[in-house]
Amino acid sequence: MSLIRQFEVKCAQSYQQQKIGGFCHLYAGQEAVAVGSLAATQPQDYVITAYRDHGHAIARGMPLATLFAELYGKRTGCSRGKGGSMHFFDKNKNFFGGHAIVASHIPLAAGLGWAIKSRKEDRVVLCYFGDGAMNQGAFHEAMNLAGLHKLPCVFIVENNGYGMGTQVQRASAVTDLKRRTGDAYGIPGKQVDGMDCLAMYHITQDAIAYCRSGSGSIFLEAKTYRYRGHSMSDPQKYRTKEEVAHYQEHDPIGRLEKLLKEKKLLDTAKIDAIHAEIHELVEAAHKEADAAPFPSKEDLWKDVYAQPFASYSEYVNN
Amino acid sequence: MPILQFREALRQAMCEEMDRDSDVFLMGEEVAQYDGAYKVSQGMLARYGPMRVVDTPISECGFAGLGIGAAMAGMRPIVEFMTFSFSLVAFDQVANNAPKMLYMSGGQFKVPIVFRGISGPGQQLAATHSWSVDALYTHIPGLKVAVPTTPAEAKGLLKTAIRDDDPVIFLENESMYANKGEVPDGEFLLPFGQADIKRPGTDCTLVAWGQGCLTALAAAELLEREHGIHAEVVDPRTLRPLDLPTIVKSVKKTGYCVTVETGYPTCGVGAELAALIHEHCFDDLDNHVVRVASLDVPMPYSKPLLQQVVPNVRRVVDAVKKATYFWSRRDKIVRRC
Repeated sequence: MSLIRQFEVKCAQSYQQQKIGGFCHLYAGQEAVAVGSLAATQPQDYVITAYRDHGHAIARGMPLATLFAELYGKRTGCSRGKGGSMHFFDKNKNFFGGHAIVASHIPLAAGLGWAIKSRKEDRVVLCYFGDGAMNQGAFHEAMNLAGLHKLPCVFIVENNGYGMGTQVQRASAVTDLKRRTGDAYGIPGKQVDGMDCLAMYHITQDAIAYCRSGSGSIFLEAKTYRYRGHSMSDPQKYRTKEEVAHYQEHDPIGRLEKLLKEKKLLDTAKIDAIHAEIHELVEAAHKEADAAPFPSKEDLWKDVYAQPFASYSEYVNN
Repeated sequence: MPILQFREALRQAMCEEMDRDSDVFLMGEEVAQYDGAYKVSQGMLARYGPMRVVDTPISECGFAGLGIGAAMAGMRPIVEFMTFSFSLVAFDQVANNAPKMLYMSGGQFKVPIVFRGISGPGQQLAATHSWSVDALYTHIPGLKVAVPTTPAEAKGLLKTAIRDDDPVIFLENESMYANKGEVPDGEFLLPFGQADIKRPGTDCTLVAWGQGCLTALAAAELLEREHGIHAEVVDPRTLRPLDLPTIVKSVKKTGYCVTVETGYPTCGVGAELAALIHEHCFDDLDNHVVRVASLDVPMPYSKPLLQQVVPNVRRVVDAVKKATYFWSRRDKIVRRC
């Protein structure tokens, strides 16, 4: 969690230095959701998420330097500099992206589940999205298909209270999100404190067991909060500083530290040392990415097609 | 060689590929228990079972996206749209997720999927159900677009589409499903990006595909019979990749070119072809390229109106006469007399 937090601090700096372009959505505040839930997965499980994807990528163990490199548009980026902040991918980690059209990846998650079921594989899908995605047609169509075919998918909504600047209450007729998939799609819904990493871990463990048993999909509403704006260009006029401060009192990292101290597993000195070590990791990854080359002119035309055709490049060169 | 209907050729291609590769499956509205809205998938449910011939809810965005996800995990879905007019409900999936995933993931995630179904104006279906989506999808880098004209092409191109590692838009036409033709048995694949000269000629090149190609062929026959004009009909068969060299070679030979399509003229495939031909054959052309397309209005319901909108043999014949100065030549002859 600390790694994600410090990574995002560095991102904000780099964004201000214009090393990062485009949209950049930071995960600070929501770390417990990705860390707790992904700790319950196996390497063979499939992970797919929306555009606020830095936290999931880090929690999934994607190499840090490839993430910075992607943000800086470098050739060594996790998507070879073709995707940017919103489109992190890593096939080795079964990380199916980073998707930026709200809810458009949720049908893909159903498809990953379909492939698992069809091939009778021992995997599950973890699919993350924000509360804003739950009013898109793609969400409902995917839920219906996942419920209908009992696909092995854990759907996790990270309810941070806002779809960009619009409160859930102003966007959703039913604001109790955990209720929205049960009766409608036969997918049981549960709510969890998304600021509590251990609670996230346990509920996801149960959810994965449910999927692996062949019972079908499950829906988790993680109540969470983002500390930063929707993206880097958000003046945040829709909420007060007091509201942000209130949630920061329940900070997921602070809570875990407190627990570890109470259980006498770590002391302050050790915790500080861990933060310092993470700081070094982040700085080293940033430096490595910063020094990496940009993609070449040839890279521009690479991977448009898996099976490119001769006339394509001729057409291009003419 | 066996004679098959167009729809039977499609079915044969799908069955052969499903026999060959257990990752291939067919999914769409009414493809299984109903035997296909147009009977393309007749009998396939009984043969392959409900996990491989899959009925879907009326949920185009959902099942198109499901297919893309399954393809990212390494399967090879064939997603049938009852008509490509309904693919617009899934446009984000087809235009964003399918073609861009490979590029955006830096080459990590292929999307080997086929979207197939009917495209083009049918029998008085009015504006929303009459889309010719050729230009819409040919516009998008990352997609491939195949449009078979004959039953043999239906089989050979579909087998290639299913084995292709990229997303393929495969456009069929309702009016052609019952057409019959010779179809080679077994392993018969037609490569993408290879045009077919459907009728050789010397006087004017007609570039046309699918339904439009049948109209062009009928027009070419009439032109020869009634006017002594020998038109060469070039069928690109795939619009992306496009076999530009074959088209250019033909136009350099004839000096004239007419394009025929059931889509709209504005930013249409014909517009792109005209630009390419002007770029590559400028010095060899004796006239500008003439386009025949549907008229630039929403497709009307009323039969007499509809008949005016969609290209027909008469309009193609007139376009060839216009392109080759047939009338002015005749006028000159008349004036001389």
